[in-house]
Amino acid sequence: MNKFVLHTGIAAPLDRANVDTDMIIPKQFLKSIKRSGFGKNLFDELRYLDEGQPDQSCEGRPLNPEFVLNQPRYQGASILLARENFGCGSSREHAPWALDDYGFRCVIAPSFAEIFYNNCFKNGLLPIVLHDEKVDQLFKESAATDGYQLSIDLERQLVITPSGEEMAFSIDGFRKHCLLNGLDDIGLTLQHSDDIRAYEEKRRQQAPWLFDAIK
Amino acid sequence: MAGKTLYDKLFDSHLVRTNDDGSSLIYIDRQVLHEVTSPQAFEGLRLAGRKPWRIDANIATPDHNVPTTERSGGVDLIVDPVSRIQVKTLDANCDEFGILEFKMNDHRQGIVHVMAPEQGAILPGSTAVCGDSHTATLGALGALAHGIGTSEVEHVLATQCLITKKMQNMLVRVDGELGVGVTPKDVVLHVIGVIGTAGGTGYAIEFGGDVFRNMSMEGRMTVCNMAIEAGARVGLVAIDQTTIDYFDGRPFAPKGEQWEAAVSQWRDLVSDADAEFDAVVEIHAADIEPQVTWGTSPEMVVGVSGQVPNPDNEKDPVKVDGINRALKYMGLQADQKITDIKLDRVFIGSCTNSRIEDLRDAAKVVKGRKVADNIMQALVVPGSGLVKAQAEAEGLDKIFMEAGLEWREPGCSMCLAMNPDKLGNGEHCASTSNRNFEGRQGFGGRTHLVSPAMAAAAAVTGHFIDVRELI
Repeated sequence: MNKFVLHTGIAAPLDRANVDTDMIIPKQFLKSIKRSGFGKNLFDELRYLDEGQPDQSCEGRPLNPEFVLNQPRYQGASILLARENFGCGSSREHAPWALDDYGFRCVIAPSFAEIFYNNCFKNGLLPIVLHDEKVDQLFKESAATDGYQLSIDLERQLVITPSGEEMAFSIDGFRKHCLLNGLDDIGLTLQHSDDIRAYEEKRRQQAPWLFDAIK
Repeated sequence: MAGKTLYDKLFDSHLVRTNDDGSSLIYIDRQVLHEVTSPQAFEGLRLAGRKPWRIDANIATPDHNVPTTERSGGVDLIVDPVSRIQVKTLDANCDEFGILEFKMNDHRQGIVHVMAPEQGAILPGSTAVCGDSHTATLGALGALAHGIGTSEVEHVLATQCLITKKMQNMLVRVDGELGVGVTPKDVVLHVIGVIGTAGGTGYAIEFGGDVFRNMSMEGRMTVCNMAIEAGARVGLVAIDQTTIDYFDGRPFAPKGEQWEAAVSQWRDLVSDADAEFDAVVEIHAADIEPQVTWGTSPEMVVGVSGQVPNPDNEKDPVKVDGINRALKYMGLQADQKITDIKLDRVFIGSCTNSRIEDLRDAAKVVKGRKVADNIMQALVVPGSGLVKAQAEAEGLDKIFMEAGLEWREPGCSMCLAMNPDKLGNGEHCASTSNRNFEGRQGFGGRTHLVSPAMAAAAAVTGHFIDVRELI
């Protein structure tokens, strides 16, 4: 997994609430058996005017000029500003895969849906929850300034605006540790194999039917 | 000290260890796999040279991509090559790792959340995960079950555990008696309308009160299925005799002495009388009428006697923006009557509403009637091969076909349109599925979520109508 320590990049504001994972990456692209290559279809139905197909080149497809990521000033954006309940709906991890593949490293919103929030951390993508008013302020500042950039300092848990204002955010210790070090959590869990086996032993005595084989 | 909620009991009995930062490792008794969210997890295992921790804790079936038309020719005849590869990849992975899979033409194949309960594969008091947000369905069985992402699918395959954080407890209590024609789907849509699409975020929701006590297991599954549409990964209903009777004799349920021992433990799977919930929502059954969603989020829902909302009556600017966007996408006018919405297609199916009771409800309404002229297609897609066989034994297939509906093979179908069943641009659909998001059922498609009875009523009248006028 990619490490996340410090990051500075252009912030692109996606001004709508309840952005669902169907919107982030529509279902026809979920047929891939790979983890990569979803970036060109990120927000496909918002970004293009036609209906996208898997394995289709996106070169020459008609772009929706209204959509934020198609505007010249947000080219190269790596931080997404979003509204409440971002990532709701389907559990598809293809959503963070698509954001990551497009080039986003961080999403800032007043709230996230839980499964999406979890999935981000598994992919080196940092979801940051800030208070409504702070998110609103970032939306306004990014609209007012071409090339508006934010810096994220994960170690200090800060979002830093161009004027130097620091906005603190919280994050679970374990997740922070994994992101800072780019750690694979399966490896970490397997360090506790003895605990897992001990649990199985004890539980097998209490509820043996839960260990009947599915076969 | 206050007593424990059902969620607390399930969580505590699966706790392997708690880490210093408060995150926990919990043991997962069962994992259900389908073709869309598992290939990258198996690939991850192979790349890291890891083996599944407990192969016989997994059960798999393809559901999202499978065609619902005649398919006796097998997987090789799936027309879309990308879908075909995905289904074949699941088959190959299950064969390679030795995981039980009901393949596409096995009579037990079906939508994961229909297949797993009917097999008795998810037991009360267990934990279950699946790379699918509608895994919340299984909470109706008194199991702690929720959707996970593909990295977590891989984590559970490799370790039989999940890293998680304990949720908060919410009780949604619906007391009283439901009116005629008001179904579990209407109850859960109404609940989502009340608490909102993010109202349950961070919570495990327990559904309690008279209405759920008197509800069948299938009805409870419909309700828990949509907990995720209120933001809650987990929906639960406490165990009672209805639950125990449901499991008796199912293929993977315990037998003989083990059955007796299991049942005596299961009876404790209820929230203690003195348990404290972090949030309580109380709703009166009598206030619930048949529901119809008008917008592009499940919280955009009203009773069938109501009308499309007017943004001028809303103060919150984010909500006004949401209503305006939804009206535009759905091609509806503010204040339009719900019964004036004209429909193009009807879909009866999905993990929410494709079980035998759902099909009986729909058949009762269409019996002796004909699909309206303006409905270009009305699909009935049973949730599993076993549901299909049961429906055919009861003659429901004939009732549907005589009325002009199409009787299909089991799968997810038009709920998310990964297979060829989909809406055309701008078409309105009365759908018994769970999400009315933009484009969900097809590019530009307009979804209205309803119960099976309401979908059937819409099929024979061509527009929304209070199903109580037809029964």
